[in-house]
Amino acid sequence: MSFPWAQEYKPQGTVSKWVDERLPLPRLVYNAVGAGYPVPRNLNYFWNFGVLAGVALVIQIVTGIVLAMHYYASVDGAFNSVEHIMRDVNSGWFVRYAHMNGASFFFIVVYIHIFRGLFYGSYKAPREMIWLLGVTIFLLMMATAFMGYVLPWGQMSFWGAQVITGFFSAIPLVGEPLRQLLLGGFAPDQAALNRFFSLHYLLPFVIAGVIILHIWALHIPGSSNPTGVSVKGEQDTVPFHPYYTAKDGFGLGIFLIFFVAVTFFAPNMLGHPDNYIPANPLSTPAHIVPEWYFLPFYAILKAFTVDFGIPFTGIIIIPAKLMGVLAMFGSILLLFFLPWLDTSPVRSGHYRPLFRKFFWYGLIPSLAILTYCGGKPPYTQWVVLSQLAAAYYFAHFLIILPIVSRIERPLPLPNSITEAVTGKPLPAAA
Amino acid sequence: MVRLIAFLVGLFFSGMLLLGLGDTVITAIKEPAVPSVEAEFHEETLPVKFAHDGPLGKYDRGQLQRGLKVYSEVCAACHSLKLVSFRDFAALGYSEEQVKALAKAWKTEVPSINPETGEPATRPAIPADKIPSPFANEVAARAANNNALPPDLSLITKAREGGPAYVYSLLLGYRDQAGYKNEEGKELLKEFPEAATPAGLHFNPWFANLNIAMAAPLAADDQVTYDDGTKATKAQMAEDVSAFLTWAAEPKMENRKSAGWAALGFLLVFTVLAWMSYKTIWADKKH
Repeated sequence: MSFPWAQEYKPQGTVSKWVDERLPLPRLVYNAVGAGYPVPRNLNYFWNFGVLAGVALVIQIVTGIVLAMHYYASVDGAFNSVEHIMRDVNSGWFVRYAHMNGASFFFIVVYIHIFRGLFYGSYKAPREMIWLLGVTIFLLMMATAFMGYVLPWGQMSFWGAQVITGFFSAIPLVGEPLRQLLLGGFAPDQAALNRFFSLHYLLPFVIAGVIILHIWALHIPGSSNPTGVSVKGEQDTVPFHPYYTAKDGFGLGIFLIFFVAVTFFAPNMLGHPDNYIPANPLSTPAHIVPEWYFLPFYAILKAFTVDFGIPFTGIIIIPAKLMGVLAMFGSILLLFFLPWLDTSPVRSGHYRPLFRKFFWYGLIPSLAILTYCGGKPPYTQWVVLSQLAAAYYFAHFLIILPIVSRIERPLPLPNSITEAVTGKPLPAAA
Repeated sequence: MVRLIAFLVGLFFSGMLLLGLGDTVITAIKEPAVPSVEAEFHEETLPVKFAHDGPLGKYDRGQLQRGLKVYSEVCAACHSLKLVSFRDFAALGYSEEQVKALAKAWKTEVPSINPETGEPATRPAIPADKIPSPFANEVAARAANNNALPPDLSLITKAREGGPAYVYSLLLGYRDQAGYKNEEGKELLKEFPEAATPAGLHFNPWFANLNIAMAAPLAADDQVTYDDGTKATKAQMAEDVSAFLTWAAEPKMENRKSAGWAALGFLLVFTVLAWMSYKTIWADKKH
């Protein structure tokens, strides 16, 4: 793709000409994230988070590879090998804390990136494929993070693995065999730890591959922008380099300041104390909770408390546990259908008064409540709150959005990006 | 079609959740939750301050040495410290010679074999050894402790909510259960007569289920004689050993904090420069 006015890569020296004729890799980079990629001039700071997510993945891969050099995937040795890294490996404490908190920060930036897409309608035509690949990356990230959390073989590692693989046993007929197939046994043990380590090492590279597709798909229509109005001409865009490399550099600095502050001064803030107790299959922790980034989905799982059946007959068609599992997976899978559920031709939430209200006063609070309740013990008040919030979550995407896109009267859109930025209509000649 | 299916799925999930909500509320009204004894009588950690608190905090070497003394003379009788080596004690301010002497004089010897017969034996510890555990295995530990297992203390301040303040509170938290009242003035045995501490356990409102197998380890002032002349009150010993265990769990804390400040300083300069180049590059573009 690209806009006709995109700058062309012109190799200057003999060597770069020689390379360009044989393997035009510099040209690819130039067109992907260099001066050859024209980007709308009006992107706000929310557009920094794609690059930040890429940086977070690189941090995870680099620190993870170093950790794997010292880690020992064994039910007897894993916990102590992590402590060996923390105590005896040179700067091992830094690598391990960076990896541990890097996972959380990866999710923070990816969640902001997803919310950016949700608010500004980045999933709409012609960008559906970017969105589908993005949801795929999110699913892969969740699998990777879960398996990574099991590796230190602490109490939460073990019991988290026990609970999460237990979801599969809710599936009728094939559930229990499927669970045993995943774990390589009846309970999390050496076989499970080995395969989780193997997959935890593999999946980040799969993620990197899907990210390449995600960026490729992005470069077909080009980046969206806060007005949602398509690029009309050269005056609407700036070259990615130096304009957005400079802005992303600043964003990266701010991101790293937060990351470093937590990693060095409160490294265990986002973790759970129980994971500093070695795994013990005979002692169940009082509250098994996943890492914070899974809490909304965990809350949805726990919110289903009644069986679905034929009233007054006692016949149960879908037991509550299975429904919770279906809903938990459904809450993410429904995002795949989002481009076809929200049919409004207007992309940006700025120009959608009704959508905006449901987004800020409905979706965001319900997810905040689910995150909060997900970490709480099952007392009445938390169960009620998460049932309310989960009901809203499903209604928002599956019922409210399609209706809103039909009945809403969007605000008038600016004629072009440049007009939105400068406040002046374009001269007729442009 | 997609929207019709979505609508039905949404209706089903949201409907089941709202049904569940009704069910939860009705159950809560019919059978109101009974407050548990833990919810009413479990105490938050006692206020205590350490030299190593905060982003600038450093360990107080004198306190760590006192804490080691409390650990070795009191805690080490039952609790192992498997992840710490004698050589690590150099970080507490001991010289190489002192570390060697400490290792050699340690009450428990290191499991070994007799070099002539090959029979199991023990030998005095050397600095490279991990701290020897007081019991050979879990069965021995349980047998000696009324079937309770004294946890390893290497990571205890990271493995409990509240960290060092939890250890401090627990050590000082033994109370007489008869007539015990919480801050609201409720008397435990009147509210929950069935919650009387069973024989062999000890009442401690800072412990998760209020009854702990460990008897009060710090029984009286001056249980330990400090080398630096500090008065060994119970609170002092509890504070010192909590600081020592924090060090045992996080020996690299000082490196971490100083590296953190260096990284923050670097990033601050980097971010200011990045902001300036961003402003310069965009100077001619309205956006």
